[in-house]
Amino acid sequence: MTDAALPNQAPPGEPAMRPHRSLWRDVWAQFAVHKGAMAGTGIFVFIVLAVFIGPYIHTLDPSFIDIRNKNQGPSFEHPMGTDQLGRDTFAQVLAGGQVSLAVGVTAMALSLVIGTLIGVLAGYFRRLDGPLMRFTDLFLALPLLPLLLVIIMLFRDTLRSAFGPETGIFILIVFVIGITSWMQTARIVRGDVLGLKEREFVLAAHSIGTRQHRVISRHIFPNVLSPIMVSATLGIANAIITESALSFLGLGFPSDFPTWGRLVFDGVTFLEQHPERVLYPGMAIALTVLSVNYMGDGIRDALDPRIRSNR
Amino acid sequence: MFNYTIRRLLFTVPTLLLISFIIFLLLDLAPNDPTGNLPMTITPEVREKIRISLGLGEPIHIRYLLWLQQFFVNEPLNLIEEWWGIQIGDAENRLRVQSWATRSPVVDLVVERMPQTLWVVGMSYVVGILIALPIGIISAYKHYSWFDQIGTFVSMVGFSIPTFLTGTVLIVLFSVLIDSSSPFWLPSIYDTTHRVTDWSSFVVQVKQMAMPVMVLALFNAAQLSRFMRASMLDNLSQDYVRTARAKGMKERVVLLVHVLRNSLIPVVTVIALGVPQVFGGAIITEQIFKVNGLGQLLIIGVQGADIPLVQTLTFIFAVLIVLFNLIADLIYGILDPRIRYD
Repeated sequence: MTDAALPNQAPPGEPAMRPHRSLWRDVWAQFAVHKGAMAGTGIFVFIVLAVFIGPYIHTLDPSFIDIRNKNQGPSFEHPMGTDQLGRDTFAQVLAGGQVSLAVGVTAMALSLVIGTLIGVLAGYFRRLDGPLMRFTDLFLALPLLPLLLVIIMLFRDTLRSAFGPETGIFILIVFVIGITSWMQTARIVRGDVLGLKEREFVLAAHSIGTRQHRVISRHIFPNVLSPIMVSATLGIANAIITESALSFLGLGFPSDFPTWGRLVFDGVTFLEQHPERVLYPGMAIALTVLSVNYMGDGIRDALDPRIRSNR
Repeated sequence: MFNYTIRRLLFTVPTLLLISFIIFLLLDLAPNDPTGNLPMTITPEVREKIRISLGLGEPIHIRYLLWLQQFFVNEPLNLIEEWWGIQIGDAENRLRVQSWATRSPVVDLVVERMPQTLWVVGMSYVVGILIALPIGIISAYKHYSWFDQIGTFVSMVGFSIPTFLTGTVLIVLFSVLIDSSSPFWLPSIYDTTHRVTDWSSFVVQVKQMAMPVMVLALFNAAQLSRFMRASMLDNLSQDYVRTARAKGMKERVVLLVHVLRNSLIPVVTVIALGVPQVFGGAIITEQIFKVNGLGQLLIIGVQGADIPLVQTLTFIFAVLIVLFNLIADLIYGILDPRIRYD
């Protein structure tokens, strides 16, 4: 902060001192250069706002059945028309977006927590490294999509009766996607931790008697945040695609509880007469995933010191 | 290298056993009843008999060992018998893994479905590679040109759009909007009974394969071209490229012999690693275009709670993953002389 005041006092012969540059400002500057990442962030923020604020503006109930107005084209009242039961498609897409995004973010968070935990433990404690990494390899060798289908088929009814149809499926899908997508994060984090724990600042922390868990939480963890952030964006994209794929195969949420994948699945039946019913939710998925992927690209470039210094 | 291969092969045995046990346990601990879909009029005693006839009377470890024996001993023996037309031991009474829904051996179902999957999925992977490699090479060579910009954008789009969306969009475009008498019309349903006998039936076959193959090929090409581009970029800035140019080699030779051969090393491993994932991703594509391949068989099994079928298919997918991981490692070792496994 004092740097900003210095140039005035500097002797006339010396060049003015450059303003103080923090790491995060550099990262942001590199991120802002990446046009795709900025566009992706804009679109993603727009989609999130539209999905969560939109229902307050477009107040039609997505599950309200108005059978007289079925199969209508787009109008002022129904911007995306109505479906075969007269439900408003736009309201359904908005409601579906809430669920899809919620699934994406929660499943991503779960997989990050598992991945980071396993990665940090395996990297930091040598004794745990072998078993935990073999465990990761084992998970990588499992055929994930078939297993997802199987788990959902088998545990759907139990969870439905325990938590109600919607919450039960939500818990199941988030849990299942979370526990099948943490492996890449764990591997990357472990690699970084292996390098970090040999550095001087960790040694210094040990030498002043810092406890193990404090070393991990104060010194190791903040330094592996950047790969975790990249995995977070990719994780959201992956979770949204997986959820919609499951819904598309008819193994996701019940049909009165719309998600984007479910809407595509329902629309496929009427594909020949009303292809737009597949395209609206489908485009929503594609746009969200595309924007999130571009954000991930931008974050990765921004956090990569080699690329940042090339500017 | 040879020792390494043997060691890895030996290591796959416990891995696969563990995976098969996990799959078995998962399916067995699940709270569902195979007789749950039967009519309510069936008495509990009869239900119990049905359960025993399905082999559920035994404790879990016996059933697991039985399945292992059926899958690893009986099925291979049966295949050998069929291929060479010989008989080994007591072929009549040998138990095979039976599907609950169809009451026929699971492996027979798999063999029935295999050709369609191999044709569609295999072809799409080949097409994907053929598209991806040139795009990756040109994008990297003309870095930041308009070709690179468009190529990167298209691969990002292809990578982000799920296959069920590209599939349905293609169906809308080529089967719904285009009139069925037009030569550009493509069928949206894959007809497995179609036989190629002459030119016109060959054209029909090509047409019905076109859409599923394109959907999967686009997805694979998007991923592969990103790898190819990154790998080419890594190599193009290396010293040996400058040396080759300084020696006065033609640009074509520098690019296609020196750089390409080195950049292909990681890409080939990625290609090998992607093969089992293609089988997994094909589940959705097969469902869209109604290709009755392995993926669709799995979906039918899942929907019908056909445990032995699902178990065996999932395990076959797991075997593919482990196998291609091994192949990828070995290829890497063969192609890159810097890698030493011993």
